[in-house]
Amino acid sequence: MIFSLYIINKAGGLIYQKDFSEGLAKLTDNEYLVLAATFHSVHAITSKISPIRNATSSGLEVLDADTFKLYCYQTLTGTKFLILSDPSHPNIDLVLRRTYDIYGDFVMKNPFYTPEMPIRSELFDINLAKLIKQVTG
Amino acid sequence: MSQTSRLSVISAATETRYHSSKRVSIVDRNLNKTKTAEIGLNAFAFLFSEMLQYAQKRVLGIQDLERKLNDFGYRVGTRLLELIVWREKNSKRETRVLGILSFINTTVWKTLFGKPADSLEKSTENEDEYMISDNDPLISKFISVPKELSQLNCCAFLAGIVEAILDGAQFPSRVTAHSVPIEGFPLRTTILIKLDREVLQREEQLKS
Repeated sequence: MIFSLYIINKAGGLIYQKDFSEGLAKLTDNEYLVLAATFHSVHAITSKISPIRNATSSGLEVLDADTFKLYCYQTLTGTKFLILSDPSHPNIDLVLRRTYDIYGDFVMKNPFYTPEMPIRSELFDINLAKLIKQVTG
Repeated sequence: MSQTSRLSVISAATETRYHSSKRVSIVDRNLNKTKTAEIGLNAFAFLFSEMLQYAQKRVLGIQDLERKLNDFGYRVGTRLLELIVWREKNSKRETRVLGILSFINTTVWKTLFGKPADSLEKSTENEDEYMISDNDPLISKFISVPKELSQLNCCAFLAGIVEAILDGAQFPSRVTAHSVPIEGFPLRTTILIKLDREVLQREEQLKS
């Protein structure tokens, strides 16, 4: 059961947010932006607090809670993909990779998309919905 | 420059393979060498995306943008016609409308996309209109047109290629691309070919 997907750009701004199941708390747009910015800062902090000297830490990857699990995948370009899912869902890593593939295909190759701006791509939405249905179905 | 041309003259005369360290210039290479070559779809998608962004900066409207894409395709089409006809060494020049349309439908599409087009239809309303359809055009596969530009069809590039091929084969016409989504194929596109009157007159004469 995948709850939602967030995509955060290099600067910490939220460029895509989508809920995939009913019954989730509905936040205002502003609250989503604040959430994303907060996560971006926390991620930056966690990548610096590794106690091992001279090790490059990748920052927060999984956040485990009672009612949900948060997975974060940071790409080489600094874009972060967050997925919130229920704790029992296996293989969210794969789902994140596939989401990154879909992002590469339908957002990056779209000439009408300006990088780092909010994503408004129909094909991206359609294919993402297909992926989520496939994973949860 | 003179060194390269001397090399190609020698090898043409003696028919030996190039084994020197000098690279052959692209205009001297064998035309059949890249006959079955394939390029990555992703590479083309990025290139086409850049072409579109380049054109968008230099036009003032949707019609203008489609015309610019049509021009890009036109330049590809003129060269493509010569190359394909040269490679098909045993074919005769097409003089009939049906002939040139099935040539485009099969050979040209196979050269461009590796498979023939999905359908070739004649319009029932007008004598001079024909339609070639493709269920999943590769050029606009990754493009999502925003709502403000919803009238834009990026397959205008493909329409330009077809128009150039028809013009080069002496079938002057107006070619446009239209999106006709159907069940199961939301990206289906139709290339609408409107032949000029002189082509129809000539066709009438040839029929009798």
